[in-house]
Amino acid sequence: MGEAAAADAKSREPTGGLVGLAKAAVARPEFVSFVALIVLMVLTASMNDNFLTVDNLLNITRQVSITGIIAVGMTFVILTGGIDLSVGAIVALASTMMAGMIANMGFPFWAAALLAIMGGTLTGAVSGFFIARFALPPIIVTLAMMEIPRGLGLIYTNGYPLPIDREYGFIGREYVLGLPIPTLIMLAVFAVAYFVLNRLPLGRYVYAVGGNEDAAILSGIRTARIKLMVYAISGCTAAIAGMIQTSRLLSGQPNSAIGIELDAIAAVVLGGTAITGGRGHIVGTLIGALLLGVLNNSLNMIGLSPYSQRVVKGVILLVAVLIGYLRKQNSR
Amino acid sequence: MLEMKHITKRFPGIVALNDVSLSLKRGEVHALVGENGAGKSTLMKILSGVYQADEGELLIDGATVHPTRTRESEKLGINIIFQEFSLVPHLNAYENIFLGREIRTKFGTLDGRTMRGMAREALDKLDMHFPLDRPVADLTVAEQQSVEIVKATIFKCNFLVLDEPTATLTPREVKKLFEVIERLKGLGVGCFFISHHLEEIFEIADTVSVLRDGCHVYTGPVDGCTQDQLISKMVGREVTQAFPPKRGVADAAEAPIMEVRKLRFPGSDSISFEVRRGEILGIAGLVGAKRTESFLSLIGRDPSIEKDVLFEGKPIELRSPHEALTHGIGYLPEDRKRTGLFLPFSIRSNIVVSTLDRLTNKLGMVLPRKEKALSDRFIARMRIRTTSDLKTVSELSGGNQQKVIIARWLASNCKLLIFDEPTRGIDVGAKAEIYVMLQELAAQGLGVVVISSDLPEVIGICDRVLVMRYGSIRATLTGDDINSEKIMLYASGGENG
Repeated sequence: MGEAAAADAKSREPTGGLVGLAKAAVARPEFVSFVALIVLMVLTASMNDNFLTVDNLLNITRQVSITGIIAVGMTFVILTGGIDLSVGAIVALASTMMAGMIANMGFPFWAAALLAIMGGTLTGAVSGFFIARFALPPIIVTLAMMEIPRGLGLIYTNGYPLPIDREYGFIGREYVLGLPIPTLIMLAVFAVAYFVLNRLPLGRYVYAVGGNEDAAILSGIRTARIKLMVYAISGCTAAIAGMIQTSRLLSGQPNSAIGIELDAIAAVVLGGTAITGGRGHIVGTLIGALLLGVLNNSLNMIGLSPYSQRVVKGVILLVAVLIGYLRKQNSR
Repeated sequence: MLEMKHITKRFPGIVALNDVSLSLKRGEVHALVGENGAGKSTLMKILSGVYQADEGELLIDGATVHPTRTRESEKLGINIIFQEFSLVPHLNAYENIFLGREIRTKFGTLDGRTMRGMAREALDKLDMHFPLDRPVADLTVAEQQSVEIVKATIFKCNFLVLDEPTATLTPREVKKLFEVIERLKGLGVGCFFISHHLEEIFEIADTVSVLRDGCHVYTGPVDGCTQDQLISKMVGREVTQAFPPKRGVADAAEAPIMEVRKLRFPGSDSISFEVRRGEILGIAGLVGAKRTESFLSLIGRDPSIEKDVLFEGKPIELRSPHEALTHGIGYLPEDRKRTGLFLPFSIRSNIVVSTLDRLTNKLGMVLPRKEKALSDRFIARMRIRTTSDLKTVSELSGGNQQKVIIARWLASNCKLLIFDEPTRGIDVGAKAEIYVMLQELAAQGLGVVVISSDLPEVIGICDRVLVMRYGSIRATLTGDDINSEKIMLYASGGENG
C-alpha cells in the first residue's frame, strides 16, 4: 500500500516519463522535508566551509543512526495508528543488559548483543500484548513501559554507567567500506523495513490496521497479532540502537536515550507518515531522521547556542507539519 | 399550529420530497409512516433546520419561519429526538439536559441548584423517574430517552418530533413512553411520531400520514383505518426496478451449507435457520430487529452470543472473522466507508487485502504481478469503472466502491457470503449489476445471504426470506408469500407479534 500510494499519485496525472515521476515525487508528503533538507544543506554550506565535507557528512549519518533506527520501529507502530513512548527505556535496558553480560558474565559481544536485542523485542511485545489483547490505549501502556525497563536498568547498574573494554568499540566507532558501521546498520534496518512493509503480507496488514481497523477485522486480518508484532518490532529496533550506543560509549548507560522517543516520532512525522495511521512511507522516515541530524549539525556549525537550537527545532517541526497539512487540504 | 406547505427537497440524482404538505396541531399526535427512503427523515430534518427545503414554506401559527440550524428551530419551539441520542455519555442527566444553555448565577458560575430544581420539576410534570446525578452512560436506553425528552421539552417546546422512539425499547418501556406522550399531549405539545411499528400507531396517534417515494399519499384520522390499508398505501407502488428472473428455490433436499441453532440474544427467543447452497436467503426486518448483530455474531465478530453452528455438516465455533474467512464465510458490511473500505488505499490494495496469503512466492513475498492480475480480473468481472487499479478507492462513486468490496470477497473464494445492505445508497445501474452477480454466485452453488431494508430488493431477488423482529425470527416466507404486505406485517409485529 506504500508503493500503491506512490503509484497512485502518478495515476492521477497520467503524464509518463520524467515529468510524471517528478510530479509524483512532489505530491508525496515527505517532499516538504526533502526540500527543507536540501535548503538547509545549501544554506549551511554557504555559511561554513566545514559543512560539506565527507567527514562531516559521514559523521552526521552516524549521529543520526540511533534515532533513525528507532524511528524505523516507530514507523511501524505509527502506521497502525499507535505510538510507542517506551523506546528510550528499551535502549537503556538493552544497553545495561548488554554491558552486564559482557563485563560481568564474560559473554562474547555478539551473544550479548543478540540477547539484548531479543530482550528488547520481548519488552516491546509486552506493550503489544496489553495493547492488542485488552485494547488499552498505546500511549498509556507505553508510558508505563517507559518506566519499567529503565527502572530495571537502573536497579541492575545501581544507577551508574557500566563500562566495557575498549575492544568492544568496533561496532560504534569503526568504518567498513569507508562508511561508519552504525550508518551501515541503519541502512540495513531501513532496507529490511522497506522489504517487510512493501513486499510481505505483514506490511500490508500494518497499513490496513491503521487505515481502517474495523474493515481490517472484517476482512479477516488478525489485527491483534499485527499490533503485537509492531510493538515487538519497535522494541527490536530500539534494542539495536541500544547495542550501537553501548559500543560507541563503551558502557551500559541506564540514563541514556531519555527523550529519544520524541525525536523518533518527530522523524516519522517529518517523513510524512500520518500520526493517525494508514498512510506513510519508510523512506520518508529516513529523510525525516536525516533532516533532524543535519539540523543539529548545521545549528552547531552556525554557532547557535543549544538553547536557541531547541527553539529553532520546534519551529521547523511545526512549520513542516503545517505545510504538509495545507498541501493535503489543497489536493482535495 | 405547525404547517409545512408544498415542501420539495432535491438531492443530486433524486427528489427526496416532492410537494409534501402536512400540518400538526398542538396537543395532537400525528404518526408518520412509510418505507425506508420514503422521505420521513428528510422531512424532519427540514423541520429542525438541518436541511433547507428547495421549495415550499414552513409556518408556525400562520407566520413563515426559516430555521437554518437546530438551535433556531429550538427557539421556535420545535424539538426533535433522533434515533441516535445526542447525549454526552459521561455527563450526568441534568448536565446533559442543560448542555450548551446552562443557567448561571450572577457571578457567572454554574447554577446547579436551579438547574436540578428545573429538571426535577420537569420530571414530576411528566411523571418520569431517573437519577439526575448519574452519568447517562449508566442509564438504560429508556432512561436515556427520558433524558432526551426532558432536554427537548424543558425550555419552550410546542412541537416535538420522535423519530423511531420505540425501536430499541422493550414492550413495557414502550408503554411507559406512551404515558409520557399522553402527558405531553395534555400539556399542549404537538407530536410527530415516526414508527415502523404500525400497531403502536393505532395505540397512540390521532392522525396518520403516509409518505411513499417522497410523495405525500395519505392523511387521515387513525380511527376508521386498518393496518392493511396503511401497508398497501405504503408499498402501493409499481415495482419499477428490473430484477433478473429468479432461478427458483434451491432444492430443499440439498444439504444446507450452514445451519444455525439456538442463537439467542439476551431477552429474546432463540433463532434457528439454515442457509442452503444455491439459494439467496433474504433477511428482512426493521430497525432494532438485530439482523446485522445476528450475522456479526455468526462470523465471530461478537462471539459472546451463544449459539450452535454447523457449517458443511460439521460443528464450528468461530471466534474471529479471520476464522470465518478460513472456513470460507465472508461478511460484507453495511457501512462501506466505516467498516468496509480502506479509503486512503488503492483499488488494488482494497481488493487483494483478504487474499494476500495466496499472492506470494515461496519465500512469502507478495508478488505485485499476481496482485495486479487478480485485481484486474475482478475489476473486469465486476465492471468497476476506473482508469487504473492504482486509483485511490475514495475517488470512486458509491456503486463502484461497493463493487470493490464485493470483488474483495469474490476473490477470497468463500462458500458462504453474507451481504449486509448490498445496494444501499448506490445508483440503479450498479444495483442491477449487483443483483445479476448475486444470482450468478447462487447459481455457482454458494450460499448467499442478503440482509436488506429495501423491500423491493428482498422481494425481487430472494428465494427465501426470514423476517426478523426484536432479535427473533417471526416468519419464513417462500414463493408468492414473499411480498411487501406479508413482510411488513411480520416485521411490524402483526400476526401475534
